[in-house]
Amino acid sequence: MNLTVLEHSSKTQAANQNSSEETNLSLPPLPESPVVRISSSGLLGALSLRELWSFRELLYFLTWRDLKVRYKQTALGAVWVVMQPLLATAVFTFFLGKLARIPSDNIPYPVFAYAGMWAWTFFSNSIASSSNSIVGNAHLITKVYFPRLIIPVGAVVARFIDFAITSSVLVVLMIYFGVAPTWNILMLPVLIGLLTLLAFSIGVLLSSFNVKYRDVGALLPVVLQLWTFASPILYPLSLVPDKWRWIYILNPVVGIVENLRASLFGGELNLFALSVSTAITIILFLISIPVFQRMEQGFADVI
Amino acid sequence: MKPIVKVEGLGKKYRIGAQQTSHPTLRESLAEMIRAPISRIRRAKFPSTKRETIWALRDVSFEVYPGEVIGIIGRNGAGKSTLLKILSRITHPTVGHADIYGRIGSLLEVGSGFHPELTGKENIYLNGAVLGMARREINSKFEEIVAFAEIEKFLDTPVKHYSSGMYMRLAFAVAAHLDPEILIMDEVLAVGDVSFQNKCLRKINDVASQGRTILFVSHNMHAVASLCQSVIWLDGGAIKSIGNAKEQVAKYTAAALQVRPVNSDPQGFDSPASVQNVRMIDANGEEKDSFDLFEPMAVELNVVQRSLTKPVRLVIRLRSAIDDSVVLATTDWDYGTSAQFLEACTYTIRCAIPCNFLNSGTYLVSVGIDEPNGPVHFRLDSAKEFTVVNTSPLGPGLYGSRDGVLSPYREWKVTSVQSLESRSTKQ
Repeated sequence: MNLTVLEHSSKTQAANQNSSEETNLSLPPLPESPVVRISSSGLLGALSLRELWSFRELLYFLTWRDLKVRYKQTALGAVWVVMQPLLATAVFTFFLGKLARIPSDNIPYPVFAYAGMWAWTFFSNSIASSSNSIVGNAHLITKVYFPRLIIPVGAVVARFIDFAITSSVLVVLMIYFGVAPTWNILMLPVLIGLLTLLAFSIGVLLSSFNVKYRDVGALLPVVLQLWTFASPILYPLSLVPDKWRWIYILNPVVGIVENLRASLFGGELNLFALSVSTAITIILFLISIPVFQRMEQGFADVI
Repeated sequence: MKPIVKVEGLGKKYRIGAQQTSHPTLRESLAEMIRAPISRIRRAKFPSTKRETIWALRDVSFEVYPGEVIGIIGRNGAGKSTLLKILSRITHPTVGHADIYGRIGSLLEVGSGFHPELTGKENIYLNGAVLGMARREINSKFEEIVAFAEIEKFLDTPVKHYSSGMYMRLAFAVAAHLDPEILIMDEVLAVGDVSFQNKCLRKINDVASQGRTILFVSHNMHAVASLCQSVIWLDGGAIKSIGNAKEQVAKYTAAALQVRPVNSDPQGFDSPASVQNVRMIDANGEEKDSFDLFEPMAVELNVVQRSLTKPVRLVIRLRSAIDDSVVLATTDWDYGTSAQFLEACTYTIRCAIPCNFLNSGTYLVSVGIDEPNGPVHFRLDSAKEFTVVNTSPLGPGLYGSRDGVLSPYREWKVTSVQSLESRSTKQ
C-alpha cells in the first residue's frame, strides 16, 4: 500500500509538472494551513459562527424557497398567512368568548384571543416546521455540504416572516376595538426575541432527534395541541387557581405570552413568570446547539 | 510542490444492516438500553454474535497537486462515492484525515435542491446558492447559464413542466458555472443524451484547462482516459493502484474483461469447430507480443474443423484496452477471402495488419466461428494480448505517445501563403 502511494506521488508530481509546462499556467500559491481539515473527531462543541455567516445567502434562498413554495398554486396565496389565526380567533371568540364567557382581563375577547393565537401560531408552526426540516431536506443533506444548522434556522425565519405579516391584523383589531398601547410596549421586542429563541431551541433539538427517531414527527402534533391548552392562549393566567400557578409557570410559554399581552394592552408585567421563561429558554438554547452538532455528524448516514 | 488535497489513512466503517434499522423507534432504543447489559453477558459467552461492520473505505492515502485531474474508478461498492462524500464533508470518516488547501465545490448529483414548483430562473438562484455560489456570482453568470442550458423560452415556467432533458441541461448548466479551486464530481456524466454528454465533457475539459483541480468518479472509461492525468483505482474500499490514467484504465478494463464468464471451454473440444493457438507474428513470421508502431504485424491462428457441415466464417476482433472495438475482420468475402471451412481438418489462417496503422497501446484479440447470420459455434474473448509501442529511432521526444486510436502514416505539406492583403489587415 505504502509503496504504491509513494510511487503515485512521484508520478502525479511529474504529470503535474508536465501539464503546467504545457498550459503555462501560473496558479495562485496555496495557503500555508489547510482551509478545511476533515477528520474523524470533527468540530465538537465549537459553533463556527463565521462559517454560518458565510452561508447566509443559502439561508436567504432556503427561506425564500419555503415561503414561495408554500403559497404556490394557492388562489389566495399569502392571504392564508393572515387567515389562519384570524379564522381560529373567530371560532374561539364565538365558542369561548360568547358562549363560555371566558374572562379576558377586561380586554375585548377577539383582541385578547388574536394576540394569543398570533404568538402561538408562530411558536407552534416554528417548532413543527423546524423539527421536520432536516428530514424534509434529506436530498440536500446527502448530496451537498453546508452547516446543517441553516435548515432549522431557515424554517424559523420563514415562520417569523408570517408572524410579522399577521401582526398587521393585530394592529387593525386594536384600533377597531380601541385598545391603546402603553409604555409597556417597549418590552415587546425582548418578548418576541425570547419567543423566537425558545421556538428555535426546541425546533433544533427536535429536528436532530427526528433524523434518528421518526416518532418525533408522529408525537409532535398531539403535544402541540395539548400545549395550546396548557398555555394562556385562549384564557388568561388569572383563570388558573393560585395553588397550581407555580407549576403552570414552569411552562416557558406562559411567562412570554402573558407578558406579551401586558406589553401590548397595558397591565402589570409578571416579572417572575418572565424570569422563569427566560431561564428555561437560555438553558434549552445552550443544550440544543451542542446536541445538534453532535448528532449532525451522523445525519448523512442515518437519514 | 505542495499538494492541494492530502488524504491520510482515511477509513469509513458502516454497520451492516444499518439500512434496515436506521430508524429505530424510541421504544426500541429504550428496550435496547435495558437489554444491553444482558446481551453483553451473552456476547461474552458467545462472541460470534458480535455486531458485524463493514469498512466501506480502508486506509486510503493519496495526494492531489494543484491543476491535476484525477479519475477515481472501480466497481460498484468499491468505495468511490464514500470517498467523495467524505471529501465533500457530507459524511465523517471513522479514521484518518484529509487536509484541503482550497475552496471545494462538489457535484455529487446534478440539480441538488431543485424544487419542481419553482421556475427555471428561481431554480438557477436556489441551486447556485446550494452549490455555494454567491448571488453576485450567479447574477454575473446568469446569461451564460441560460445560454448553456438552452432554455431561454422557459425561464419563467416551473421546472415540473420541463422535459427531463431540459431539466438535466439546466441542472448541469448551473453546476458547470461553479468556480471552485477543487471540483469534486460523481458520475454526473451518466445522464442525458450523447450530445449533452459531449457538451458536459467539453465543459469539464475547459474547467480543467483553467488550472482547476478536479476529482472525478466515472464508469465512462473513455472520459476518464481522455480527461484525467492520474487515476485512483479503488477495490473493496482500498486503493488497488494509483498512476497514469491510461495505464490504470487499461489495467482496470483488462481485469474487468477477465471477469467476464465467456470461455467455459477455451479449447473448444466439445464444439464442432474451434480456434486454437492465437498468436501475433512479425514480418519474419516470428511470434512476439510487442510491436513497433512502424512495423507490419499479423494475427495467426489455427481453425480446427471437426464436424461442421455448413459453411462458417472466422471472426477476428481487435479491441483496445478500454474495450473499444478497433477492427472487425471476417473470412466471408472480406477483401477477397471466402474461406468456408467445409472440410474437417486444421487450417492455419493469417490476417495481416499493415504498419503505421494502430496507435501505441494494448490490444486484445477476440476470435469466433459462426455461420453468417446464424449460430455461433465458438467464441474466445481476449484470446491474445499484444502491445504496440513507439521504439522509433526518431525517439519518443519526437514521436511520443499520442492520443487517438489510430496512428496512420500521415503526409504533411505546409505551404507558406503571404499576400499583401493579409499584411495590410494586420496593420
